Amino acid sequence: MESTNKRYWRGLEELRNDESFVKNAYKEFSDASTENKTTESESIVDGIGSDRRDFLKVLGFGMAAVSLAACDAPVHRAIPYINKPETIFPSIADYYASTYSEGGDFAPVLVKTREGRPIKIEGNASSTLTLGGTTSRVQASVLSLYDIDKLKGPKRGEADIDWATADREILNQLQSIAGRGGAIRIVSSTIISPSTKAVIADFIAKYPTARHIQYDANSVYGIVKANQASFGRAVVPSYDFSKARTIVSIGADFLGSWVAPLEFSVQYGKTRKIGSIGNGKKTMSRHYQFEAPFTMTGANADYRTPIKPSQEGLVVANLYNKVAAKVGGTAISVPSLNVANLDKAANDLVAARGAALVVSGSNDANVQVVVNALNNLLGSYGSTIDLGRPLNTRQGNDEAMNAFINEVKGGQVQGVFFYAANPVYDHPRGAELRDALSRVPLSVSFGDRADETGSICKFICPSPHYLESWNDAEPKTGYFSLVQPTINLIFKTRQAQSSLLKWAGLNPNFETYVKNYWRTNIFPQAGSGASFEQFWIQSLHDGVIEPKTAPTATGAAFAGNVAAAATGIGQRYKANATGIELALYEKVSIGTGAEANNPWLQEVPDPVTKACWDNYAVLSHKTAKDLGVEQGSLVSVEVSGKPAIELPVVVQPGLAENVVAVAIGYGREKAGKSADGVGKNAYPLASVVGGSVAFSGATVNLTKAGGHREIAQTQTHHTVMGRRAVIQEARLASYQKDSKAGRFLPKVQTAEGPVSPTDITLWNGYGKPNHSWGMVIDLNSCIGCNACVVGCISENNIPTVGRQEVINRREMHWIRIDRYYSSDAPEEDYKGLEVASENPEVVFQPMLCQHCSNAPCETVCPVIATSHSTEGLNQMTYNRCIGTRYCANNCPYKVRRFNWFKYFNNDNFDYHFNNDLGKMVINPDVTVRSRGVIEKCSFCVQRIQEGKLNAKKERRRPYPDEIQTACAQACPTDAIIFGDLNDPESTVAKISREEQEGRGFQVLEEINVRPQITYLTKIRNKDEEPHLEKNQESKEEA
Amino acid sequence: MHVTSSVRTPLVTGGKTYADVTEDICRQVEGKPTREWTIAFAISFIVLIYGTACVFWTWWEGLGVWGLNKTVGWAWDITNFVWWVGIGHAGTLISAILLLFRMKYRTSINRAAEAMTIFAVLCAASFILMHMGRPWLAYWALPLPNTFGSLWVNFNSPLVWDVFAISTYFTVSLVFWYMGLVPDLATIRDRATNKVSRYIYGTLSLGWNGGAKTWARYEYISLILAGISTPLVLSVHTIVSFDFATSVIPGWHTTIFPPYFVAGAIFSGFAMVQNLMLITRVVFKLEDYITFEHIESMNKIITLTGSIVGVAYITEFFIAWYSGVEYEGYAFLNRMTGPYWWAYWAMMTCNVISPQLFWSRRIRRSIVWTFVLSVVVNIGMWFERFVIIVTSLHRDYLPSSWAMFSPTIFDISDYIFSFGLFFTLFLLFAKFLPVINMFEVKAIIRSSSEKLPASVSGVAKGERVANPTFNKNAE
Repeated sequence: MESTNKRYWRGLEELRNDESFVKNAYKEFSDASTENKTTESESIVDGIGSDRRDFLKVLGFGMAAVSLAACDAPVHRAIPYINKPETIFPSIADYYASTYSEGGDFAPVLVKTREGRPIKIEGNASSTLTLGGTTSRVQASVLSLYDIDKLKGPKRGEADIDWATADREILNQLQSIAGRGGAIRIVSSTIISPSTKAVIADFIAKYPTARHIQYDANSVYGIVKANQASFGRAVVPSYDFSKARTIVSIGADFLGSWVAPLEFSVQYGKTRKIGSIGNGKKTMSRHYQFEAPFTMTGANADYRTPIKPSQEGLVVANLYNKVAAKVGGTAISVPSLNVANLDKAANDLVAARGAALVVSGSNDANVQVVVNALNNLLGSYGSTIDLGRPLNTRQGNDEAMNAFINEVKGGQVQGVFFYAANPVYDHPRGAELRDALSRVPLSVSFGDRADETGSICKFICPSPHYLESWNDAEPKTGYFSLVQPTINLIFKTRQAQSSLLKWAGLNPNFETYVKNYWRTNIFPQAGSGASFEQFWIQSLHDGVIEPKTAPTATGAAFAGNVAAAATGIGQRYKANATGIELALYEKVSIGTGAEANNPWLQEVPDPVTKACWDNYAVLSHKTAKDLGVEQGSLVSVEVSGKPAIELPVVVQPGLAENVVAVAIGYGREKAGKSADGVGKNAYPLASVVGGSVAFSGATVNLTKAGGHREIAQTQTHHTVMGRRAVIQEARLASYQKDSKAGRFLPKVQTAEGPVSPTDITLWNGYGKPNHSWGMVIDLNSCIGCNACVVGCISENNIPTVGRQEVINRREMHWIRIDRYYSSDAPEEDYKGLEVASENPEVVFQPMLCQHCSNAPCETVCPVIATSHSTEGLNQMTYNRCIGTRYCANNCPYKVRRFNWFKYFNNDNFDYHFNNDLGKMVINPDVTVRSRGVIEKCSFCVQRIQEGKLNAKKERRRPYPDEIQTACAQACPTDAIIFGDLNDPESTVAKISREEQEGRGFQVLEEINVRPQITYLTKIRNKDEEPHLEKNQESKEEA
Repeated sequence: MHVTSSVRTPLVTGGKTYADVTEDICRQVEGKPTREWTIAFAISFIVLIYGTACVFWTWWEGLGVWGLNKTVGWAWDITNFVWWVGIGHAGTLISAILLLFRMKYRTSINRAAEAMTIFAVLCAASFILMHMGRPWLAYWALPLPNTFGSLWVNFNSPLVWDVFAISTYFTVSLVFWYMGLVPDLATIRDRATNKVSRYIYGTLSLGWNGGAKTWARYEYISLILAGISTPLVLSVHTIVSFDFATSVIPGWHTTIFPPYFVAGAIFSGFAMVQNLMLITRVVFKLEDYITFEHIESMNKIITLTGSIVGVAYITEFFIAWYSGVEYEGYAFLNRMTGPYWWAYWAMMTCNVISPQLFWSRRIRRSIVWTFVLSVVVNIGMWFERFVIIVTSLHRDYLPSSWAMFSPTIFDISDYIFSFGLFFTLFLLFAKFLPVINMFEVKAIIRSSSEKLPASVSGVAKGERVANPTFNKNAE
């Protein structure tokens, strides 16, 4: 059939059906003219000759691009290993034993790495010195690895150079200095690494004009000198606080900053454990503290006496006389001084002869000689003090350092190397050194950043972080540990040891060097039967090598000249000095300031003042009133002959009158963005007296400066307001009579008579058929050190919020240490209870989510973002949270934290969450919370899950105490104990069971929220009954 | 028809005729905006724009721009929310309860009061959204079927009850208000002179034809809606009070809260109605419709509810002492003598003492006194919520967490936003909708059994009467 459809041609071309038409037949707009053009894309690109359709395309593309850009969905790549390293399994953590040793601090650690990056530091439990304990600085050190402010390679002045250039130029200069016999100095903080010392010795062998000078920012040179004088041994002995029944400390902050605080905390903690947590022991050490600044150690003391720095030596001398009078020693002639508790301390010391310990934080050798004499009288040598195994953590020689600065000023020094030292910042004569250093032809800093000293050196040859390094340590003679790298070098850095070896013309491979050193020196000592390779691998695995048998403490014959020392003391110290005196002290977390650029440490509050992100002038209430200043007022602190510094005031109870205490470690200028400009540098206020650096005692001119600077405090109310449901405490004597002493047992009135509030409830309760995760916190052994806080920050990706947000009361810490002062007011006088006693007793209370079984937060959440698990956990589902904050309001413990802002990728919070390097510290097992959601302690649910899965894989139940939270693991005194309450073998179950009728209490028991955390009462080893306990009978409630 | 004794003062004065009523009230809708209105609207709108910018910044940057902290998680946000919800109580109370009680005087004020209710609830709702950390997920608080798995809202949470209570209240109020508007919208439609307004008001009046059956249905639906609304008047603020009463925080955990909150809500709502009506009556020259009788009656209710609130305050203190609970006792002592003592005493002065002045007949019939005291009452009620929320939270159980709250510029600006929103909406309402219920007012003009004066049944004077526009097309 013929088609009836008419056919129309689009043109003659179609009729002709010629080739060019056929080619374009199916193109809608086949215009011959376009064929001659370049391709369309070009016309779009160059914008010339665009036609209408191009315009529409561009417009369309533009619209699409704009709208796509608006819904910016960042691409996150997870790239799998092409060749998987043999030992790395994605999502499975690897642990490496290493050692933290910075500026004399020491802790054997286990480094947790995930996919090749260290993310968490744990204590190494194999060490008998620290037993797995850590400090806040140890915990925070992992963040310093990812510090964006560090140098990325060597520098000559301001210019970046490469290592070859640096080596060539430094070597040239070294040789020319050596050629002309110029003096070379290596200045370092205390080095506890035997291999590093050997490297320095090798360097000195090559350059005989070189000398090694060690100094400590917070020096104990007085002890070294005194021991030289008393026993002929220029060492700091080992102390064993765990053996001491009576501890008297005169100005030694041995739990926070003195010599080896971590080791001492571990020992001290043991003496404070009583009841089931202390293996049924019902005795504890008695601790006297005589001090000027209110330190964390003082806060833990049973008896604390505030003294003026000018009295410090006399306290020691008078204590000596009092003890000597009792035990038959010769008295020394010093002005007599009687401060509170001195007689009592003397009596207790004598009573505890052989188990007594007197320590002094004074850097005055005369005072330390008397302390030695006192310990000698008390028979401490050979029991609580071991001269046979000296501590190496403080070897600084103030006289040598002082002489060095004089040499530099005199132009005698030709070359100087600064290793782990920043004397321009942290030496009292830093300013003199800064001005003189330009005269030294060759100055090299091994610092990781262009710090105050490094930036004026000719060269900076940056050293890597300890987590990138090989090294070893010998914190105490005979106790060794290894440092091994846990990540490849992040920047173009080189260990100082390698640099020195290279310049000494030796093989710069420090790993080989350490290994060889261990082969020749430590392997023979260790006496392990295996081959060296086996020994080496075992040592790397274990991290520590310790003497096989527990060493017995050895003493020595005391040969000091006490009378001469007494004369010195009599000249320097006054019983009744007038004028305001300076007392510099080291803060527990920020330390000497070497690691000040660590935002975690900056944000951790001081245990006593609860202030962070600043240093300040701490004054007693009366001194502040006399001066007409209040909290936050700026004052000018001036030591004659030195530039004044302006600081805000913190009014602090428990301080002697006319004392101003200022923390060192602040006022960094060239440390990085977290530290620069935070606080004021107090080191220049210290002075050099008799060859030793003296932090205390200088008379200051304290004047009101006008102006105000708010103090960032995480706690602004300081007393417990007589609330015995919060803090329950007793005296040891009462506790020995009644293990429930100090307990607060509220009753609720019902129709059937008074019952315990936990006996009545509306709720059915949650069954906990499998696990029941719980915690015991011992208020008695918690020393308030904040290691748990930083451990938690590190484990749980807690954001840093900065000074202003702390002032706004928005710090994000999931665990905090509440610090309460006692008050003298009667229980009904609420106004009076707000005021702390003049010299208050202190209690530290770690506070975190109590994981209530009747959780008030759970019922009020409109969207069930917080719920209860079958294992007793109060869980938080971040991505379900809509941020009403009702749960936080309804939390009686105020432990819930709201993300007020986006704390990551936000220039307003320019800390580690704002740069890619800093973010490497993030624990991939824990969500980084977005803004607008609530977060809180999860009992480290990721660790619980991991532990349960590991057990499941091995077809077993989790072992008792196998699963640990970050806080419990970090605690140096084991004050926090975590575990499964359903597992009868677990420590936590045993203690909470046994302390049910003893020290165990739950905070705010009367509101019947049934926390999973049991606190153990605070027991003070004091004689008299405290004020609050007079009201022992339980309150009844209607 | 309800008959009132001639002894009573008439509810509408000035010898108005039916046509006068229509004329007086429609004049504002049909005429050009007055100068006062234009100025007021311009100010409100500028405030709204500023407030919107601040609210936007709050949402963009995060709630950290407010002064809240880890201890005080709610402050101005929820204070404002409760305050606005409280204000929103008067409308329905006047419409529903007074309707059921056959309080004739309500007819002149119910329209504006209901409008106020709706706008106040909108303002309150804006704070519900604003106070959330992630407001874009606010719909998760609704029990919607979803693809998130078996996720459901938490029916234990008072916040969920709030969602139901407030959305129900808003819906019912809106319907009630709109139903009441329909006959008047039809009047405006019938008088409309241009096509646009005839179309708009025609659409809005839902084909109202004024037939007897239509009126009968209208009366039924009014009664039904009044019946539905009545329990809501009590339930909304009862449930809002549960946000606090069911918690464990001393100062919040108080069983007296439901009646105390309801009384407070009526108290503040009436005060707000007074403020708005006093302005409207002057600006729109409605003195004959909103008379001193109205003002006096409302002032009496303010005094009554203010006294109830005062008794509640004292009861709280008694119970705090009588219970022997340490924390409760301290919370109330802290309210009176703690760092926020000034807020507490501002509340006491404004809410308990100031309404007692209305015992004086001179004061309660004085426009100036009424206006000033109404403002004072609303300030007092704002402080009441602030005192309850902030002073309870800032010092609760653990002294370590005790903190202070101080507002930032964004706390203040976001509050100002709600005023901008409220007044912009109210002014639009006042201009484009009849502020007084014409047909109900007409019903009370001749409420007396006496013979009507000739003037009432006669026709009004004026341009529109002489030259009527309605039904022109029909002709």
